Amino acid sequence: MSKITDQNNSSSSLKKLDEASIVIINYGAGNIKSIQFAFKRLGVDAVLSNDPDEILAADKIIFPGVGEASTAMAMLQKSGLDKLIPTLKQPVLGICLGMQLLCESTEEGNTKGVGIFKTKVKRFNNDVKVPQMGWNVIKDLKSDLFSGIKENEYMYLVHSYYAEDCEETIAKTDYGINYASALQHNNFYGVQFHPEKSSLAGAKILQNFIEL
Amino acid sequence: MLTKRIIPCLDIKNGRTVKGVNFVDLRDAGDPVELAKQYADIGADELVFLDISATLEGRATTLDMVLHVAEQVNIPFTVGGGISSIEDVDALLKCGADKVSINSSAVKRPELVNELSNKFGSQCVVVAIDAKEVDGQWKVHLAGGSIPTEIDLFEWAKEVEQRGAGEILFTSMNHDGTKNGFANKALAKLSEALNIPIIASGGAGSVQHFIDTFKEGKSDAALAASVFHFGEIPIPDLKKELKENNIEVRL
Repeated sequence: MSKITDQNNSSSSLKKLDEASIVIINYGAGNIKSIQFAFKRLGVDAVLSNDPDEILAADKIIFPGVGEASTAMAMLQKSGLDKLIPTLKQPVLGICLGMQLLCESTEEGNTKGVGIFKTKVKRFNNDVKVPQMGWNVIKDLKSDLFSGIKENEYMYLVHSYYAEDCEETIAKTDYGINYASALQHNNFYGVQFHPEKSSLAGAKILQNFIEL
Repeated sequence: MLTKRIIPCLDIKNGRTVKGVNFVDLRDAGDPVELAKQYADIGADELVFLDISATLEGRATTLDMVLHVAEQVNIPFTVGGGISSIEDVDALLKCGADKVSINSSAVKRPELVNELSNKFGSQCVVVAIDAKEVDGQWKVHLAGGSIPTEIDLFEWAKEVEQRGAGEILFTSMNHDGTKNGFANKALAKLSEALNIPIIASGGAGSVQHFIDTFKEGKSDAALAASVFHFGEIPIPDLKKELKENNIEVRL
């Protein structure tokens, strides 16, 4: 795993990386620079865009988001992206709030989500510190997204709201409650953690996404 | 389980690390990017950069540094020092900082905490509090601990939590630089009174001090500078010993 960022890595995987076109949906939410840099470390130029044609033409799409849910959802609606996203056929990866907005609804600002994942987003109880901030483990891993990732690998998380465990859960994390820290529905993936900030294991997950 | 975090703190002036750093295998000890990468590689969970530049030019250089850190470092980092407006924070986050820490500017204008958390989310707003215990009373200090106020530490911490701070970085002026351990009583009191994470700062001198601040001080994270920079406590050894003492850490 220490070779992930090595440009001299196996030529076959590099070729794939070179060919992939990745668009990061830019709708004004959050620290997207870090995601762009994480792909750059993998040798891939990810493009920021809110242009529907550019998004539709991409091989892979990242749906980021940091901030407040109802504000972010309003920005999505304003740009019409909330209607575009469900029509996407290529692999889409929602990160953090991006994942939460792909769920049915969220208690944060009591807003509806895009509704890809059949689960709801709730606030952590006050029997734990909120936000959960730091490194926690992901377990019960169930997707190609986690190929080469060991059970109980550490990921960096910062969030006050969580997606309830459901049939589409592909990774769980325990923070007072066992919740869905990753979800998958067909070509749609979502991760609550920040792979772009989760050291080499996080980079491996982004690489897996590129190679899906 | 959520793990306890180990956070090295780097003082930055005009885009360079200032406090002496004595790190093996480092080509340029003054280069914050190289140092940050090294820390990420050996298992630091997060980094804090404290900008002590006195000039506007110095701060502009820091922005450039933040961009380079974000480009090359794959763990989260916080930037603090001289931040007093939404524009300051916007610029830092756009360069790729994950969190910002505000201190004196929040005391001078507490609404800043609300404004930042509303605009950018609580998750990126760290409120740093420097305080000193005098006659059993913990009082908030400003300007790196040099100016005393009448503000009570615990009341202020509660207030910034209510205003939307996502985390508190508490430095005890009584302990800072002593290497005699963290202010665990005050830390535990903060941790019990508040429901946001507390970072302990000031006093790290030995591995036992870290064990104590996580157990007795109920801290969520511990920050230190010189013991890491001078290799007195190697982070891999520290985390191994924490684990052996049943403290959950990322190994």
